[in-house]
Amino acid sequence: MQLPPGLPGRLGSGPAGGPSESPPLPVLRHPAAGAAPFRFAPRARSLPRGHPLFEDGDVQRHAYLQDVITQVSQVPERPRVAAFGCHVAGCQQEFGSLEAYEHHYRSLHTHVCSVCRRSFPSAHLLDVHILEWHDSLFQLLAERQSMHRCLVEGCPDRFRGSRERKEHLVRAHRYPPDFRFDQPRKAAGAPGAAAVEAMEVCPGEAPPPPPTGSERRTYGRRIPSTICFGQGATRGFKNAKKRSDH
Amino acid sequence: MWSHRSGRLRAHGYNLQEQRDRWREREAALRKARREQHLVSKRLLRDNDLEEARDEFQNKPLEELEVLHLLRMSQRGTEKEKEKALISLRHSLQHPETQQTFIRLEGSIRTLIGLLTSNWASLQMEAARCLHELSHADQPNVAEACLPSTSYLLTYLSGHSADFIELCLYTLGNLAVESEAVRRQLLPQGIIPALALCIQSPHAAVLEALGYTLSQLLQANEAPKEIIPSVLDSAILPNMLRLLHPTPELGASVAVEFAWCLHYIICSQVNNPLLISRGALSTLGLLLMDLARAASGSVDTGLDLLACPVLRCFGNLLAEEGAADAGVRADFGDERIIVAMFILMEFFIQHQPSLVPECLWVLNNLTVKDPGLCTAMLSLDLVAPLLQLLPISRVVRILVLTILCNIAEKGPFYCQRLWPGPLLPHLLDILTLSDSEVVGQSLELLQLLFVHQPEAAQDFLQHSGLQALEKHKEEADLQERIQALQEVALGGSSLVPNALALP
Repeated sequence: MQLPPGLPGRLGSGPAGGPSESPPLPVLRHPAAGAAPFRFAPRARSLPRGHPLFEDGDVQRHAYLQDVITQVSQVPERPRVAAFGCHVAGCQQEFGSLEAYEHHYRSLHTHVCSVCRRSFPSAHLLDVHILEWHDSLFQLLAERQSMHRCLVEGCPDRFRGSRERKEHLVRAHRYPPDFRFDQPRKAAGAPGAAAVEAMEVCPGEAPPPPPTGSERRTYGRRIPSTICFGQGATRGFKNAKKRSDH
Repeated sequence: MWSHRSGRLRAHGYNLQEQRDRWREREAALRKARREQHLVSKRLLRDNDLEEARDEFQNKPLEELEVLHLLRMSQRGTEKEKEKALISLRHSLQHPETQQTFIRLEGSIRTLIGLLTSNWASLQMEAARCLHELSHADQPNVAEACLPSTSYLLTYLSGHSADFIELCLYTLGNLAVESEAVRRQLLPQGIIPALALCIQSPHAAVLEALGYTLSQLLQANEAPKEIIPSVLDSAILPNMLRLLHPTPELGASVAVEFAWCLHYIICSQVNNPLLISRGALSTLGLLLMDLARAASGSVDTGLDLLACPVLRCFGNLLAEEGAADAGVRADFGDERIIVAMFILMEFFIQHQPSLVPECLWVLNNLTVKDPGLCTAMLSLDLVAPLLQLLPISRVVRILVLTILCNIAEKGPFYCQRLWPGPLLPHLLDILTLSDSEVVGQSLELLQLLFVHQPEAAQDFLQHSGLQALEKHKEEADLQERIQALQEVALGGSSLVPNALALP
């Protein structure tokens, strides 16, 4: 196809309106235009997804998807001797690559409760935890009204207790009944209390000292560090032998 | 990561014979799947080849005991030992047979989930990679076995490293396309709100994965009722429109995914006026102009991968009622969008001819109600290049003729610019064809020209037009129109314009 010379120049270089073009020619349709037996009428057409015109482009698209054997970010050789260790106090993990460290840091040291040092997979779950575990006002209000939030982000529902919430999670959100990030704040013997491995603080850390930092939230009651929740649950790292296989 | 991280799309450089053959086979299979309406694809992220070659677990399917052994090893010993076991497991899961063996083992998925939710970031990553391999399986029972993990994958979209989120997203996307049963779990688990939060990420890899996952959801049969309304209501929509435009940071492959998402949404016709009110038309028009600028640089960077869905979105939105509002067009100016379309067509003729009909369809929608754009085509001398496309294919012929009809029907000021010119010889050529739909369209064009421009009829006669018409006299669909045209040409019918009768 041979385009008139200089055509690309008429695109201009930015989103601003183009040079002023000549005004449109006057439209004067003859009444017989397109009259029977002729049938033409200008018509903008919308094409459905499965239209034959779209076949080639769809084939290209899927070939693109299927051909992609992509590479995950280069995982460099892990050196025998660790290149560096995690700088968070009490964390003894070591890393041979920045990506591994970044992943470690973000999974274990962000969304960390400043009171009990547990870490959570998301800000939402951390918020729920702080409210339900460390806020005595919450406990008072919860006796009278539905305060327990749904764990699914964006769901506005509230519940009287963690059991009702769990039922809602299973029924409305099709969550597994043993969802590991649903930790009811109960005394020893409650179901689910044993499965704490997902919410542990850094491995190797001793039970945390009483919070002193300026970041701690002030609550009416602090959980003394000598109290354990759940059957034998500690806040330290459970080593592999003691951890039960689920 | 692959080429998108350096800001370029992977180019389709099929220049080896082997690759051409492979492509032909693949293409035939894809076409067949599309015609049978089960064109479904999944995406796979995999380690680089260097790492894979070293592991002996890759080359053959494993026995049940071997898989069990690897599972046990992934729960015992030091972190590095567990990681090593998981890596071997992942390699073994490339085999469909091993996948079946694995999912049949009691507690196997639970073990993976336990590792996925463990303290150790490296084990989380490796467990996620195993799940990802499973999600990519062809057999539905393998992918569905991953269902217990979805609530965790979704939870992790709000935290963790970009690499991990990316992996979770691709896994979810693969699962989402698997079956309605899977989506009936993912939707109540909150996949849409989770994606709406995750779309704020600044990471290109995460956004591309998110776009992919969303595109898989949007293709579902039940999407118009169950999925698209909540997507349109969420924060996904404004971000999607923003992400249509490639940036140096994000590259074009992010835009590609969201352009396909928008295409599926628009085709569903759930709420296209909303999209127009959010500026989708001007976004798309400006994007096409940018693509045209890139095309005139003549480097094949795979821009057709982005142009294809963008053209479709633009074309379909143009067909909406509210699109005719001139205010919308003022955003990108009359002339430039036409220029862009032609530059793109010239590019596609060389690099991706299948997109030429799609461009022409968009041109049709642009010229239907817009005298300004029709005028632009005439004043920019674009009719002759348009006619040069006629030999390409039947579909192209019909579209070109339709566009010319759009111009001609606007009256004598337009027809004067169409005739005399190259139009006559091309029309005479077309009349020698036997395709009645193509010929029929050319008859429509002739009538519009004769009605507005009597000299055209004279010209036509002088060039043996009557004889050309004779050829089709017996054709049922064409008879009446041929007769009417003959009468006009011979000057004996009310179709001859009467200057006094013009409004």
